[in-house]
Amino acid sequence: MSFLNRNVSETQIRLKDRLWLYIFSILVLFLLIVPSLVVIPMSFSGSQYLEFPPKSFSLRWYEAYFFSSSDNGMGFNDWMGATWTSIKVAVLTIFVATPIGTMAAYGLSNSSARVRGILFPIMISPMAVPIILVAIGLFYFFVQFKMVNSITGLVLGHSLVAMPLVLIIVLSALRNYDMNQEKVARSLGASRLRAFFEITLPQIKFSIISACLISFLTSFDEVIISLFVSGGDNSTITRAMFLALRDQIDPTIAAISTVLIIISSGLLLLTQLFGDKKD
Amino acid sequence: MQSNALNISINDVTKTYGDFYALKDVSLEVKSGEFLTLLGPSGSGKTTLLMVLAGFTRPDYGSVKFGNEEVVTKPPHLRDIGMVFQNYALFPHMNVEQNIGYPQKLRGKSKSEVKESVAEALSIVKLDGLGHRGVAELSGGQKQRVALARAIVFKPQILLMDEPLSALDKKLREEMQIELRQLHDSLTMTTVYVTHDQKEALTMSDRIAVINDGELKQLGSPNEIYTNPNNAFIADFIGESSLLPAKVISNKTYLGASEIMISHPSKDDGDYLLVIRPEKLFLANGKEKDTNLFSGIVEGSIFQGESQLLVIKLDPGSFGEQSLRMRLPNGSNIGQKVPISGEKISVGLRKSDSFLVE
Amino acid sequence: MALIDEHVNEAVLKNLDRKENFTLFGLTVPYLFLIFFLIIIPVGWLFYMSFIGRDGSYSFENYERMVTQKSYIRIFLTTFKISFLTTLICALLGYPLTYFMSQLSRKWAGICMIGVLIPFWTSLLVRTYAWLVLLQRKGLINNIAIDLGFISEPIKFVHNTSGTLIGMAHIMLPFLILPLYANMRAIDKDCLKAAANLGATPTRAFWTVFFPLSIPGLLAGLLIVFVICLGFYVTPAVLGGGKIIMAAMKISSNIELYFSWGAASALGVVLLVVTMLILYIASKLVSIDQIGGNK
Repeated sequence: MSFLNRNVSETQIRLKDRLWLYIFSILVLFLLIVPSLVVIPMSFSGSQYLEFPPKSFSLRWYEAYFFSSSDNGMGFNDWMGATWTSIKVAVLTIFVATPIGTMAAYGLSNSSARVRGILFPIMISPMAVPIILVAIGLFYFFVQFKMVNSITGLVLGHSLVAMPLVLIIVLSALRNYDMNQEKVARSLGASRLRAFFEITLPQIKFSIISACLISFLTSFDEVIISLFVSGGDNSTITRAMFLALRDQIDPTIAAISTVLIIISSGLLLLTQLFGDKKD
Repeated sequence: MQSNALNISINDVTKTYGDFYALKDVSLEVKSGEFLTLLGPSGSGKTTLLMVLAGFTRPDYGSVKFGNEEVVTKPPHLRDIGMVFQNYALFPHMNVEQNIGYPQKLRGKSKSEVKESVAEALSIVKLDGLGHRGVAELSGGQKQRVALARAIVFKPQILLMDEPLSALDKKLREEMQIELRQLHDSLTMTTVYVTHDQKEALTMSDRIAVINDGELKQLGSPNEIYTNPNNAFIADFIGESSLLPAKVISNKTYLGASEIMISHPSKDDGDYLLVIRPEKLFLANGKEKDTNLFSGIVEGSIFQGESQLLVIKLDPGSFGEQSLRMRLPNGSNIGQKVPISGEKISVGLRKSDSFLVE
Repeated sequence: MALIDEHVNEAVLKNLDRKENFTLFGLTVPYLFLIFFLIIIPVGWLFYMSFIGRDGSYSFENYERMVTQKSYIRIFLTTFKISFLTTLICALLGYPLTYFMSQLSRKWAGICMIGVLIPFWTSLLVRTYAWLVLLQRKGLINNIAIDLGFISEPIKFVHNTSGTLIGMAHIMLPFLILPLYANMRAIDKDCLKAAANLGATPTRAFWTVFFPLSIPGLLAGLLIVFVICLGFYVTPAVLGGGKIIMAAMKISSNIELYFSWGAASALGVVLLVVTMLILYIASKLVSIDQIGGNK
């Protein structure tokens, strides 16, 4: 067992002195990843009950997800309808949150420190205010404008939550970007707008794509605002799942969860790929 | 220096940030075709002035004219100037050719025109054939050349450079200084160059504008600035002078208890500084005419390659408590013994090299 | 002559300056517009509603209820207790893991980071559901424990405090790890070498050099976790099975079930004030970028 005496740090700590840390860390990592993944085998179970490991294999819960009827008596449209609503809202959220957040980030990064100091905390306030308050506030607001249960209301609500993330991502990209390049372009004859689109944008595009993906995910996974401002035919998948979860443990949710895990991991993988290219 | 390039007139340019004056009523005329260097320590305002010329910093008031045209209100992209930044600021998403061709593309030039001008610019900066390289594949010196080619490809009449050589190592920097100067001479343009390196400024410039505390302190040829600094800051900043406190009493100049000769007419009574360039001092044998003699003890004698640096503590009885630096070129003083630490010594400074500043 | 010139010129230049700043500010206007209409006005209105009594007049009754009614006091206590315990669990699990990650090469740390990010970006509902499945009476954990002979009867993990804590800690752990990791990575390894060089044992070097340097990141992580926990809704609602009632759930039920906007608003205002207070303290302790920079 001589490898246990190997040095594992520059301060000459031997592997055996650190072994507990390694084991503990791997255990915590295991606890982080695995629980979400158990829903995958369960979604293929043939049984009504959630057993693990599943005793029989079937696709019935996927069938229930993809071909559910709308009279499930749970106050929302069918699963697929809810999924489409979520996708529609998430895509629209990208188109609202990303441009608005990017514009604000550019404006902020070119403003004086004093202006930045005042505006930045206001701009990230949707992250600081408890989301339940945002949700009931929006609910009240949308009632006044008859926007409850509307796609517009959902998109605005979700954009509100996604914008600070876009802002932070693009701001940090701009901080790593050498603004002198834009200045050079301007001295060489490009207007500021043109310099932004031809010089700055191509270099922060991976961050902007990340921002888009994160806007999508933020909207797609959002529960609380959806609970308050969506409903009926415009229920989101998260609202439908939450209502179903509160009442019973329907294995259909395992199938839906599996699909959601695949979507999130896929998008995460994309952001990591784009993130790596940045530097 | 005959040229048709635009001259630049800067008049009363002032820029404040709160209570801080970055530029204070700066007026300066850059002649057509001239290579003018803005020299000053960091934070002196030299870069601010360059940014005012480029249009990135808007002064509080004042006028900037290119030729006869007032440009102070013009946005940067309409000023038609070439500019080279300290860190090159090449566009990493474009290759060398695209970088250099970018200003031509902006000017709506046809593909063949762009190609032709890029090739010409590449050959001017001696990078023929590297057009297809990516920016990341270039060495520091090559990046510098690309940045330069990009700034001159559209034949601007004015070229602005912000410490373009500061990121290069010493040897390359010295080569590039000479090359940049030759380039300036071969093209028709007025160049304004910013640096904090006094040696660089002395090497390259037609004239130097020394800037400090947001003010223009002195404007003159390198020779004038070096031999005739008009104040203590410049005397200290350019070259490595010893500045010794001196007194003028009824037309006579005293260093400590001794009277000394100075090159210029006597000044009004008061306190001044005697500027002594270390290389102007020589080992005296007592027979020189029109020479101030300083006696003292060698405190340090340091070999520095091409020269020997001596730190001499002057005889306190005659000159007060002060020391000065002297540089003996190595090799030219054959037969002369190099003074060593602790030795008594007498050094001379010609009257024509002795001057006072305030 | 110069004097006249500079006066004319000064006004023109100032105007151009103003125009440029205005354009730059203009870029932030759509953002601020949404913030104003969708956060400031609604929250302001909630603030107003919290001072409206049941009969429609101004009153403090919504706030009085919170100090006089036992059920409200219990909700506050539950909210703080759950948030505190979740934060504590996150710190105990997260600090060693993050330390471990910060000592790895970039490549291995990146691989571990994916392990942190996958749950981070997995839907909160999915993770809550997964724990519901794992922790139920006939769930995986009980089955394994019985098979291994640790217990004979299934333990009730879910629909109580322990289930809520497990689920919430799992969800909040990445929020602790991310800022802490950024902080630990930035710690100059030469500091530790210097400490070792000066004769500190590794353990001592850790406690006297590394740990103090990691405190800003730890604090940022702890405060983020605590603040988010205070407003938690979904996980306690599902895993608490109606027995754990936190502030956010009370706000929701006040509105959904009783249409009692005044009571909900007052509770919301208290939640907001506490959150803001903690974030304010946090912003004094660590830079604001560090708090928001990682989700």
